Amino acid sequence: MPVRDIWQDRPAVLVWTWEATAAVLRFMRPVFEKLGMEQSSKIVKPPEELVKHMLFNCQDCAQCLLHYNGMTCPMNCPKNLRNGPCGGVRLNGKCEVKPEMDCVWVLGIERIQKTPYINEMYRLNPPVDWRLEGQASWVTYALERDVIPTGTDTTVRYATEAMADGTVLADGSVVAKGDA
Amino acid sequence: MNGAIPLVEKAPPAITQTGLNGANSRLARMLRAGEFAVCVEISPPVGPNPEAIQREMNTLRGYAEAYNVTDNQSAMVHVSSLAVSIMLMQAGMEPVVQFTCRDRNRLGLQSDLLGAAVFGIPNVLALSGDHPIWGDHPQCKAVYEIDSMNLIRTIRMMRDNQVFENGKTIPKRAPDFFIGAVENPFAPPFDYRPTRLAKKIVAGAQFIQTQLIYNVPRFREFMKRVVDMGLHEQVYILAGVGPVRSARVAEYMGTQVAGMDVPDWVAKRLEGLSKEDAAKAGIDICCEVANEVREIEGVSGLHIMAVSWPAAVPEVARNLGLYPRPVLEGDPIPEATASS
Repeated sequence: MPVRDIWQDRPAVLVWTWEATAAVLRFMRPVFEKLGMEQSSKIVKPPEELVKHMLFNCQDCAQCLLHYNGMTCPMNCPKNLRNGPCGGVRLNGKCEVKPEMDCVWVLGIERIQKTPYINEMYRLNPPVDWRLEGQASWVTYALERDVIPTGTDTTVRYATEAMADGTVLADGSVVAKGDA
Repeated sequence: MNGAIPLVEKAPPAITQTGLNGANSRLARMLRAGEFAVCVEISPPVGPNPEAIQREMNTLRGYAEAYNVTDNQSAMVHVSSLAVSIMLMQAGMEPVVQFTCRDRNRLGLQSDLLGAAVFGIPNVLALSGDHPIWGDHPQCKAVYEIDSMNLIRTIRMMRDNQVFENGKTIPKRAPDFFIGAVENPFAPPFDYRPTRLAKKIVAGAQFIQTQLIYNVPRFREFMKRVVDMGLHEQVYILAGVGPVRSARVAEYMGTQVAGMDVPDWVAKRLEGLSKEDAAKAGIDICCEVANEVREIEGVSGLHIMAVSWPAAVPEVARNLGLYPRPVLEGDPIPEATASS
């Protein structure tokens, strides 16, 4: 069992840390805007890298899905799935490609139930913008450059759109007409 | 912002609504007419051998509304799905061209989608694809640049809004596809699978083909949740069934093939039988499973996958009473009769 599981299986502290970080980043937005994404990233990336590589085995995609996937990095998936898990997960929850590794999506969906972001499991994550790879995701987050969907979609969509009225969601709320 | 990477990607000023929904697909018309539909899988050969493709086409002709053409099945190099789909079109058999995200980035995928549209291929199935580690080129770099969810989304936007994934307008006309996706009810986390199906519906999937079913109770549980969520009213679900030839194959599929759930009773029933008896029992098992799943609420059709055993399909289809296929009113393609 990787050491990482110790904190990832108890995500409360991670969630609290992220909320605090996010608040600081939103506050810093004007500074990032002034410096530009690349310049800001040069400054922010080293500390981010230090923390995220150790805690989450971050893969530097710069469009961080951690809190949308139970504080588990989906880019560790050998298929780079942003909307997993794939159909190849072994019956014991291990990865089809790396039999010794737990499927990051199976773990993520398990862990997200213990976080306030539980309904993010219904989120349709847009594809990676590979130009951003290596930038600081703390900067792209602050600049809202991390969630821009492609094509004609202007907002990120959720699976609840397809569900009938009265479907009970993971957090106990119920799908009602006009709810998206 | 003067950075080299633009800060904001612009959506097109006016979003076009083409109103297309895959009307050219006979599979779609069949499902929309409320008929129980049948799809059959065709595996392109490894060698560039048109006679082998022709033989398989002759064996399967007339047994399905549409024929799924696999895309480098099991991550092993095969004749391309698009090429064989074109052969099917020219022979008057409706293909479902399969595209995996394993071998192409969004540039390649969209280019092949346009190619499929040029030849009037009406159905497309989007999937992630088996990882190369399972195939005959384990040394290659897997692409997986976008995932199947976003491939479905891309196809939907190309058709509905006449735009590419980058948001730019497709010149002249939009490609019209009946959009398919897959789901595996047997892979963990089981409770999440219906939700993931809902995600695919929002992405744009109109029909779903499931993984091969042997564990019927598990599939029934999955479908119950799907029906509870009302998803079966928004997507046509084709249940995947297929015969196994021998106990050895059943065991292999259960233990060595990713995402397959083959209960022990399958291999046990085939054990110790002669080659012919095992084949017969394999077809019987397939028909029993098919008869059970077609009664489950929310199942709109069957997807028959006889991996490297096309000759079993006619027998399965006849035993199930699914041959001959119904003729739709206003059918532009006269249904060809099978030679056998």
